[in-house]
Amino acid sequence: MTEMVSTQRKKIHPHKFAMWLGIGSIIMMFAGLTSAYIVKQSQAEWTTVVIPKIFYYSTAVMLLSSLTMQMALKSFKERNMNQYRLLVSLTALLGFGFIAMQIIGFLQLTSDGFRLEGSGAAAFLYVIFGLHALHVLGGAVALMVMLVRAFSIRIRNYNPVPVEVASTYWHFVDLLWVYLFIFFLWRV
Amino acid sequence: MSQDSIHGHPEVVTTHEVHHDEHHGHHKETFITKYVFSQDHKMIAKQFLITGMVWAVLGGLMSVLFRLQLGYPNETFPWLEDILGRWAKGGRISVENYYSLVTMHGTVLVFFVLTGGLSGTFANFLIPLQIGARDMASPFLNMLSYWFFFGGSIVILASFFVQTGPFSGGWTFYPPLSALGDASPGSKIGADLWIIGMALFVVSSLLGGLNYISTILNMRTKGMSMSRVPLTVWALLFTAVLGVLSFPVLLSGLILLLFDRHAGTSFYLSDIFIAGKALPNEGGSAILFQHLFWFLGHPEVYIIILPAMGLVSEIMAVNCRKPIFGYMAMVGSMFAIAILAFLVWAHHMFVTGLNPFLGSVFVLLTLLIAVPSAIKVFNWLTTMWRGNIRFTPAMMFAVGFVSLFISGGLTGIFLGNSTLDIQLHDTYFVIAHFHIVMGVSAFFGMFAGVYHWFPKMYGRYMNNTLAYIHFWVTLVGAYLIFWPMHYEGLAAMPRRYMDYSAWSSFNQFEGLNQFISTVAIIVFAVQLLFLFNFFYSIFKGRRVTSQNPYGATTLEWTTPIRPGHGNWPGEIPEVHRWAYDYGKDDRSFIPQTEPIGAHESKH
Repeated sequence: MTEMVSTQRKKIHPHKFAMWLGIGSIIMMFAGLTSAYIVKQSQAEWTTVVIPKIFYYSTAVMLLSSLTMQMALKSFKERNMNQYRLLVSLTALLGFGFIAMQIIGFLQLTSDGFRLEGSGAAAFLYVIFGLHALHVLGGAVALMVMLVRAFSIRIRNYNPVPVEVASTYWHFVDLLWVYLFIFFLWRV
Repeated sequence: MSQDSIHGHPEVVTTHEVHHDEHHGHHKETFITKYVFSQDHKMIAKQFLITGMVWAVLGGLMSVLFRLQLGYPNETFPWLEDILGRWAKGGRISVENYYSLVTMHGTVLVFFVLTGGLSGTFANFLIPLQIGARDMASPFLNMLSYWFFFGGSIVILASFFVQTGPFSGGWTFYPPLSALGDASPGSKIGADLWIIGMALFVVSSLLGGLNYISTILNMRTKGMSMSRVPLTVWALLFTAVLGVLSFPVLLSGLILLLFDRHAGTSFYLSDIFIAGKALPNEGGSAILFQHLFWFLGHPEVYIIILPAMGLVSEIMAVNCRKPIFGYMAMVGSMFAIAILAFLVWAHHMFVTGLNPFLGSVFVLLTLLIAVPSAIKVFNWLTTMWRGNIRFTPAMMFAVGFVSLFISGGLTGIFLGNSTLDIQLHDTYFVIAHFHIVMGVSAFFGMFAGVYHWFPKMYGRYMNNTLAYIHFWVTLVGAYLIFWPMHYEGLAAMPRRYMDYSAWSSFNQFEGLNQFISTVAIIVFAVQLLFLFNFFYSIFKGRRVTSQNPYGATTLEWTTPIRPGHGNWPGEIPEVHRWAYDYGKDDRSFIPQTEPIGAHESKH
């Protein structure tokens, strides 16, 4: 059995590697969207948008959640399971808080008169931020699943790979948000 | 697991715990886990292949139907109404349905046959077998990949049965025809189903691609360095990289399109009148969609052709009994093709008002692709040169692939020039070019692969006589169909039209069109012969009796004749040399698993 495993070259766990590739393809998707924004901006009838203050706060929440995720990973590796459960729930909560704040931001934009209809920056903002929020939602749900598994008495699992994959993804959606937010602050 | 046919290494067929952490093979397999929700890469490959075959028949049948219209525009075929009902009232395909047929022919063949059916089949089948892995990095995601493909297929198929018909605005899905439900009957629910089906397809190819790449890079057996893997594996690696990087961009384009359709945005819409009524959309750009589409669309044609190139390289070396000529040049040229794939998309848009200076940059980059393509062609020819060639059906198709790739590639040099494109764009010249260079030649690569690896897939051989008939009729037929189209295109005959009788200048092609249509029907019929051969041979074909019937070096021929889940009953073999030691030191071939001998010459 041990000999078998050693014949498989495992410099990096295939699941982690697949996550990095998946991140690459998500990057391509948002690169497509933001470059569409740039192309579109140089054309006639472009309308701009005023970005609500709440997106600054949601940025802070997202950055904070990255910190708690990193601490969760650390405590998992130290087998400090109580702290790990606490920190993962906190990360997931901050994720849901982020999504709630994005929705509040969308509602503010709508009440300020920036509607989805049309062809300007507002339409791109709704679509791009909305797609990003969906990616955060997917990550938060994955964290919830991990949390449930961490509370399970039947399965004792100290394999760090799923936690590492989740934290990689979580830091990625955090960085993706920072990129998108700066992109909009810079281009609007 | 069938272990009754293991040859060779009886000492390893004991109760060794040889399975790695997945513990597969210990479960009792039911019909559902073995044939339906299988996680065995070999079964998933067969699922992709057979689904692809169903699609190929449907897509081919569509082309027969519209060729009937193009060849015999003044005839009526009452039997068409009997089969197709309201699609062919009075025995003629109606206008909307003609456009639906050409649109869905393109969509089905490009995505569901030559992408899903080709790389889905051979990436799944060959990657673990040739690199020495028990299965994919994630067999579960691999299974999901097939079922997303299947789901997408069902959605696309469903669009044929809605009241307003499937999408009819061309396989490139350009807005405004795709963005406005009022633009045509096919733009209503048919376009939504197209988007949903394609989104599922994109998810499928992403899941597949992630798996292929991480399997190739992380799960090779001991000794299998990247410079030792067969060229099929390299080709499938580049294919997967292209897919993972380009399909998400198509998805983002389609998401924006979905908002234009249903949420009142104007990403792609501006200044549009339908039936004399002005629409409120302002400021959108239809060209934006073309950029997003072709950023996928151009890599997509390499996604189609690269696996075929890999299969052909491997089959050539095995059947010429010679090492492939220029292994590293083959890898390097595929790498160059993969890079250039992302830098040439605007050559599909020369006449959209593209800045002529920008156009000239894209001309240069496009023509650069001729360099790696030519390297590959020369390497195939020099591999055959003075080889001890065995003309098996697979080898015949591989040679046919090279012939078609040259013929179709040469016309690409015409089309890559932005000035010539003013005359040639949207004519039958383009149709002829891409059907030969990417459609038919990718099919030839696929046929070569099926004939060559069929014994590994099913433990039986296909019938050679039927295969040779299939080859000759298809090769001659492909040239007879598409060669004359070049002349029509040079005479500026536009594509996509249903009836050319309004142009007196194209009346000269009446006989030619009839000829093309007749040949197309014959070639289609011969493909049914291939299908018969395939399915008949699964059950009744001659049995494979030796483990390595071709005398090939690669690892898939070290598995049992009918490998179970896990591929090797004992340990995974270790690799000591590259995949192309043919005709070396007076030996016909030396398997990759054989250690380098003390007195062996260097290759």
